[in-house]
Formats: sequence, C-alpha cells, structure tokens
Amino acid sequence: MLDILIYILMGLGFLCFIRVVIGPTMVDRMVAIDIFGILVVGICALLVLKSGRTFLIDVAIAWIMLSFIGTITLAKYLTGKKLDE
Amino acid sequence: MRYLTLFIIMFLLWMLITLNLALSNIIVGLVAALITALVFGSQFKLNWKKFYNPLRYIWLLIYIIVFVWECIKANFDVAFRVLSPKMPIKPGIVKVRTKLKTSFARVILANSITMTPGTITVDVIDDDLFIHWIYVSSKDSKIYTKKIIGRFEKLLKRIFE
Amino acid sequence: MNTISIILFIVGAAFDLFGCIGLLRLPDVYNKLQSATKSVTLGTCSILLGLFIHYGFTAVGLKALIAIPILFFTSTVAAHALVRGSYLFGVKLWDKSVIDDYKKVVQISTEGKEVEK
Repeated sequence: MLDILIYILMGLGFLCFIRVVIGPTMVDRMVAIDIFGILVVGICALLVLKSGRTFLIDVAIAWIMLSFIGTITLAKYLTGKKLDE
Repeated sequence: MRYLTLFIIMFLLWMLITLNLALSNIIVGLVAALITALVFGSQFKLNWKKFYNPLRYIWLLIYIIVFVWECIKANFDVAFRVLSPKMPIKPGIVKVRTKLKTSFARVILANSITMTPGTITVDVIDDDLFIHWIYVSSKDSKIYTKKIIGRFEKLLKRIFE
Repeated sequence: MNTISIILFIVGAAFDLFGCIGLLRLPDVYNKLQSATKSVTLGTCSILLGLFIHYGFTAVGLKALIAIPILFFTSTVAAHALVRGSYLFGVKLWDKSVIDDYKKVVQISTEGKEVEK
C-alpha cells in the first residue's frame, strides 16, 4: 500500500520534470520546481512510515524552508531587482 | 518589551521544531532566539500587547476552522475544473478594496485569499488587493468583493484589530 | 495500521495528482499556479496529518503537525512572489482572460516614481 503511494508521488515528480523540460517560459519551469519541492516533502513523510527512520521528518521540515528560500530568490530575480534591494 | 515578545515567540518555535528537552538543546535555542531577537527586533513592528489577550486566540481558533472548511470546499472546485474535459475557466485580475487597517491583518488576509483555491493575491497597493481569479463569475465589484473576502474580513477584524 | 491515516494518505496523493494534472493542462503561468500550488499543498498537508494521526503525540507526530502551518505559510508566500514576479517580468495573461485591473496600476507606478522597474 505505502509502496504504491510512494511510487505514485515519484511519478508525479516525473510529470513536474516533463513541465520543466517543455515549459515555454522560464516562469513555468520555476513553478514546476516549486511544486516538486512540495512533493518531496510528501515523499519524505511517507518514507518515515515505510522505513521507520524518524529523522526523515526533520529532513522534510528543512526541505520546506530551503525550497521556500530558493523560490523567493528566483522570484526576486524575476522582478529585475538586485538581491539586497 | 518588543524584543522580549519576539524572543519568546522564537524560543517557542525552536522548542516546537526540535522537541528535545535536553539541557544543551535548550541552551542552543536560547542563544539562537537571543541573536534573532537582537537582529530583527527593530523590524518587529506589531503591537506586542495584542499577544497577551486570550480572547483573540479563541477567535483565531474559530477562524482556523472556517478557513479549513473553505479551503477544502474550494479545492474540490478547482479539482473539478482541472479534470473536466472542457476546462471551464475564465481567468482575470480583479481589484478588491479591504477595510482592514493594520499591515499584519492584511498579510493574513492576503495569505488566506491565496490559500483558498481559485484566487491568488498578486499585489497589495494601499487599500486595494489585486486578485487573480480563475473563474470571474461577475463583473460587479460589490458582488465579488463580498464573495472573495466577505467571509474572512469580519473575523480578522476581531482577531487583529 | 490505522484506517484513518491510510484514507488521509490516499486523499493526499489524489490531490497531488490533480495538482500535477493541472500543471500539465492549464494554459498560462497564473492558472498553473492556481491549480498546482494549492492542490499540491493541501495534498501534502493531508499526508502530514495522516502521519500525525498514525504516530499520535510523540516526537514524530508533533513535528509532522508543526510542519503543516510552516508549509502553508511558505507555499502561499512563494506563490504570491512568483505571481507578482512573473507579472512584472512581462508574462502575458492568457488571451481569453476576461478582465485585468492590475495593468493600469503598474503603468502608473512606473511612470510616476519608478517603483517597479
């Protein structure tokens, strides 16, 4: 049961990469990468239950924050400003 | 006092994230919260007295229940739009005027609008919120203002103002 | 294993699926963000809630519960920043869009005092 759900989420990550490859504009690719970050959090949460290694939930929390910082930086770059403005 | 409030919030956040009552962990948390409070305390412009009023937390609880219900309801709506073969979408950016005055309440309002599917806040300029809507059902500003923010605004006024 | 948490996992995976289908099907960036960010965030929140129900009030369960509001706030702020950034970058709305109130304001602020470059 859990195996199937994890495989489904990984397949969804692959769909995100299709969007990264074919995305017509740069922003499409960034949206896909943002979504991929959230999907990885879900995969981490399921892996905690599957493997019993409880530190993976810490990995999930750290992953949320890092993906947030990455997206914010790229979005700031889009508006045409420098990073310290 | 402002610095102390920020310090308490940061320390509680640290304890919640790590969940470890060992002495070394508490000391690291205290030091980290102290540094954060010293660096960012001057940016912390909220009225700190509001954090010590218990009545606001009760309204916050009611607000969270309302918000989660709206969120789930609207999520099914967006799922229906995505899955139906014809894709019944009619997107556009509308302007909505809010009555909330404090900036923190506006931030929470904008976040709530973004999280209920179908609407995303694009920008906040003065009193106006610019909202991208996936299905613009009417062009009358009174109707859509009530439809988008009517359910959140009253509760937020009680919580944050 | 707990039945409720299994149901929550399945619901979460289904919402993730809807979000990713939306990411592939919908026409422009703004609509993609509409469907994708929110459906995927709700799905992942549902998975984390299932984890909390399975573990109860232990360290792992509480951490999963705390991850939910963090995920909510970060993903909303990221979506908002992406929408604003892509509008200022010059990505056009879909041609079948109905109304655009934001256009006038951005032009005014560029001509007036160079807030948005």
